[in-house]
Amino acid sequence: MDPIQTLVKNLAEKHGRSRESVLPILQGVVEQEKFLSERSMIEIAREIDIPAADVYGTATFYSFLETKPAGKFIIRVCKTITCAMKGKNQILFAIQDMLKISLGETTPDKQFTLLETNCLGWCHKAPAMLINDEIYTELTPEKVREILSAYMKVNANH
Amino acid sequence: MNKKVNISINGFPVEISAGKTILEAAEEQGITIPTLCHHKDLCVAGNCRVCVVEVAGQNRLSAACATPCEEGMEILTNSLKVRNSRKQIIELLLAEHNADCTKCYRNGNCELQTLASEYKIMTQDFIELVPLKHVSIDSYSPSIIKDDSKCIRCQRCVRTCAGLQGVNALTVAHKGDKMKITTFFEKVMRDVVCTNCGQCVNHCPTGALVEKNYIEEVWEAIANPNKHVVVQTAPAVRVGLGEELGMKPGKSITGKMVAALKRLGFDSVLDTDFTADLTIIEEGTELLTRLKKALVDKDKSVSLPMATSCSPGWIKYIEHMFPDHLKNLSTCKSPQQMFGALVKTYYANARNIKPEDIVSVSIMPCTAKKYEAFRPEMHDSGYRDVDYVLTTRELAILIKQAGLDFNKLEPAKYDRLMGESSGAAVIFGATGGVMEAALRTAYEIVTGREVPFENLNITPVRGVDGIREATIKIENPVEEWAFLDGVELKCAIAHGLINAKSVMESIRAGTSDYHFIEFMACPGGCLGGGGQPIPTNPEIRQKRAEAIYAEDEGLPIRKSHENHEITKLYKDFLKEPLGEVSHHLLHTKYTQRERY
Amino acid sequence: MRITKPANMATSNQLKRVDFIFRNENDWEKILSSTLQRKPQDLINELISSELKGRGGAGFPTGLKWKLTAESKEKEKYVICNADEGEPGTFKDREILSRVPYKVLTAMAICGYITGAKRGFIYLRGEYRFLLPELNKVIDEFDYYCQETNLDFKISIFMGSGAYICGEETALMESMEGKRGEPRNKPPFPTQSGFMGKPTVINNVETLVHTFTIFKYGAKKFYDLGVQYSRGTKLFSVSGDTPKPGIYELELGMSLQDFVYEFGDGDTKAVQVGGASGFLVPRKKFKDAAIGFKGKLTGISLPTGGSMMLFNSSRSMFNVLDNYLEFFREESCGQCTPCRVGCQQLLLGIKAVKRGEKPASYLDKLLRLTETMQYTAKCGLGQSVANSFSSIVENFREEMIY
Repeated sequence: MDPIQTLVKNLAEKHGRSRESVLPILQGVVEQEKFLSERSMIEIAREIDIPAADVYGTATFYSFLETKPAGKFIIRVCKTITCAMKGKNQILFAIQDMLKISLGETTPDKQFTLLETNCLGWCHKAPAMLINDEIYTELTPEKVREILSAYMKVNANH
Repeated sequence: MNKKVNISINGFPVEISAGKTILEAAEEQGITIPTLCHHKDLCVAGNCRVCVVEVAGQNRLSAACATPCEEGMEILTNSLKVRNSRKQIIELLLAEHNADCTKCYRNGNCELQTLASEYKIMTQDFIELVPLKHVSIDSYSPSIIKDDSKCIRCQRCVRTCAGLQGVNALTVAHKGDKMKITTFFEKVMRDVVCTNCGQCVNHCPTGALVEKNYIEEVWEAIANPNKHVVVQTAPAVRVGLGEELGMKPGKSITGKMVAALKRLGFDSVLDTDFTADLTIIEEGTELLTRLKKALVDKDKSVSLPMATSCSPGWIKYIEHMFPDHLKNLSTCKSPQQMFGALVKTYYANARNIKPEDIVSVSIMPCTAKKYEAFRPEMHDSGYRDVDYVLTTRELAILIKQAGLDFNKLEPAKYDRLMGESSGAAVIFGATGGVMEAALRTAYEIVTGREVPFENLNITPVRGVDGIREATIKIENPVEEWAFLDGVELKCAIAHGLINAKSVMESIRAGTSDYHFIEFMACPGGCLGGGGQPIPTNPEIRQKRAEAIYAEDEGLPIRKSHENHEITKLYKDFLKEPLGEVSHHLLHTKYTQRERY
Repeated sequence: MRITKPANMATSNQLKRVDFIFRNENDWEKILSSTLQRKPQDLINELISSELKGRGGAGFPTGLKWKLTAESKEKEKYVICNADEGEPGTFKDREILSRVPYKVLTAMAICGYITGAKRGFIYLRGEYRFLLPELNKVIDEFDYYCQETNLDFKISIFMGSGAYICGEETALMESMEGKRGEPRNKPPFPTQSGFMGKPTVINNVETLVHTFTIFKYGAKKFYDLGVQYSRGTKLFSVSGDTPKPGIYELELGMSLQDFVYEFGDGDTKAVQVGGASGFLVPRKKFKDAAIGFKGKLTGISLPTGGSMMLFNSSRSMFNVLDNYLEFFREESCGQCTPCRVGCQQLLLGIKAVKRGEKPASYLDKLLRLTETMQYTAKCGLGQSVANSFSSIVENFREEMIY
């Protein structure tokens, strides 16, 4: 069994094999693999015995279930009104400038993917962004550079 | 539950059964509320919002198809608020739609077009969305073309593919403005588990899903003086064609259809029913041979139950979903393909025509037949056995393009050599028909007597239930079949792929004890096929079925083995059922395919 | 021009701050056990007499919701806490789940007791995944308590994955059933046919905490706050051009003018009440607007999930509307025609008017479109786009054109 099969099997053991188990299993795959490949969706379809088309249709509905290859760290910058008012664009420019990628792209070393997202629920401390599950608020371009540098250092040490 | 509620529709008091929707209640009163996503064959969606009506006391409008009537409801189906809202909904749909009707295959028979016409939508002020998006046309499949620029996202095709057929090749993906109807990983339909059954085409209200048509190819072949164009017509076509030509459902127009085909310029007009009879002889012999091997020789390698193999949608389905059971399929080709193989060998010889000069065309109620004709193994004649498959709808287009007045046509007869057929052949077009035809012949071969049913109408195998069963007890067989004495032949009939799935699952589990099963991909059998006239619904299919059984009763020959041209075919060419020539031309192999 | 509160302003109209929600007296076990001694019917009556209405934005009477579910003869029932907070400008539920999660679990257990449900779920939006470790700890403690006291009620967390529409109750249940979060046809309502087709109470996080307050202090204490038709208090998430962004628990029924005096930066041009699904109130109408459900002080009455976003004169209302419409265009489930196509038409429409590609009168066509969306959309998302669209276009028409 290859790693994807093992991963899906373990997730199915944990969450069950009914239709209600689909979302937790999809989330589990994304957590480890960062995105849902065609292969992983077929494995899920096989394991739960639901059509592959349904797995795809369900996964693509949810913004956090990526179906395109993504980096180790997915940056989601909030673009809804208060964050937009408080300088989201400067934050985006800073990230784009530092990582040399545009929105929707992944760095060549597959470390960072840059995306926009909708209201994260930190409007009183805007602008805000998520990096994977971690939240960062009251951002400024300097703060963003610090945060990303820290992430890069952590990686370099591995 | 016989509880009644009192409501009023447009001011008129009405008493109806509790639980009926507003749409149903209005229909009973002779009021048609326009719909788009609603379809009698499918579960309720309530997403197009075209059927909205006003309910007194509520500011918001309600979807008539999804709202059950409650005591005291006062409903307005045509108030100003309703009309204005409905008009805007239609305008919105048109803004999301490639509304260039003159270039569309469904021009003249499109539900959105009809609505726009009824509501006199004369301007489009909204911003056209189609040019702003990257919309693709998928024409890779030999059977179906999917044009996303015409999709109004009613989801009928998804509900059909999932709920009605259980194939699940289509799904809804993404959300918001990116929401679309697509396949697994947005691949082309050719590359997913699509069985080509065409039920999605039948249920699509617009031109987003249509069959791939071969009209121009056929006209060119007919016009080519060096080509001898032969056409075969399937049983179900004759009871559906009339609907495309202005007639009410349920009229069988065989004679006129033949006359029209001759006028169109086909060199020879022959009948698929002929090879349907042939299929019965071959398949009946195959079944009895398997039974003998199982019951007498105790051969464990013999696969029972045996499943019919004339429905190419069903074949592709079992190849994807139950590839471990391909041995259960009869090795017989479908009547269409048997015909194709014979026309470029037997027919070519008899008529002294070079097979490479023959263009073999078939008229089918089916879109999967287009796929079947192009299967790589269908070359046993040495040439492609069937060159072009036209649906019933395409034939109607040919007839209209030729300017034929169908009403004025004098009925004509099929040409000879491969044009004679029995009543058993024509009932192939209805679910249960292949089973009935097979029993009429097999029973007589085994016992020497006719099937013990009045007028040869084996009613237990008829009907519309998704899965039906019949048991025939063999008593006092002739000597050759003595081993079948006392055997209860257990037969099953399934139509609609979702029912095929249930039956196959019980076979896989080992819990089924059937000997012979008829499988049809389409609800109702071929008469409800993906190539039949649109619209389709249970009432229309019922009428088509009645026409088929009526035609059967009216024919002089009712059993396949009494077809004289079949007898001649065996005497002059095939020699014997399952013989060497049969094996080469009339039998086939199947392919294991991926489930996902 | 600075706006300052007149010195002789009557105090009766001022904002009244209260501290029920975040008050933590570490007494949840006591409250739970004492409440479970009471008769379910008494508890339902208590809730009904408190006139508590849902705090997620829709404002359905909570007592009635629990009563309907309790009355169902079905054996299998569910309680769901809707923590899919996603309305722009709303961040109160996150705070509740961080600071007083016990109140939420207690309320759910009491609801289970009253209705007969044995299973509770918290649908937590994916963006709040960082809350999981702490929440799981709390749930473990709660489980322990249930085992010790033989309380048959199990709570688990179901994670969302980034879909605003899953805050709609039927879309939420579709999501929990492993499908796309597409809202269902109503009727039937969740109290009749909800999660897995069974009777389900689904309540916003804040609503559940208010029930805790009511069961602890009694309905009267809650009822005595607020105004007619809008009893009790509400959490307000304040953000935007304000020197005091944050979460505040205030009595309902306050005047918007008072709110701006308290939270504005002196230059408040407009306030968005209720998020992108709510209403934009321009300065000239502050004194006419009150925050509550039905009924009014004077003028407009604005139901709300509590999102209050303040805009000062530096802000372009066109950009604001553009931002909202882009939000809806993306987050719509895409199922029904008026919302799917309508949101796209509205966004492209205002851009076209601004660029001069369409005449100013096209805005009126778009206003009529939002009316149709209000009447015909399948769920609250499509139905509510009209709120912000019409309030912004009608009050700031100039900014849409020039």
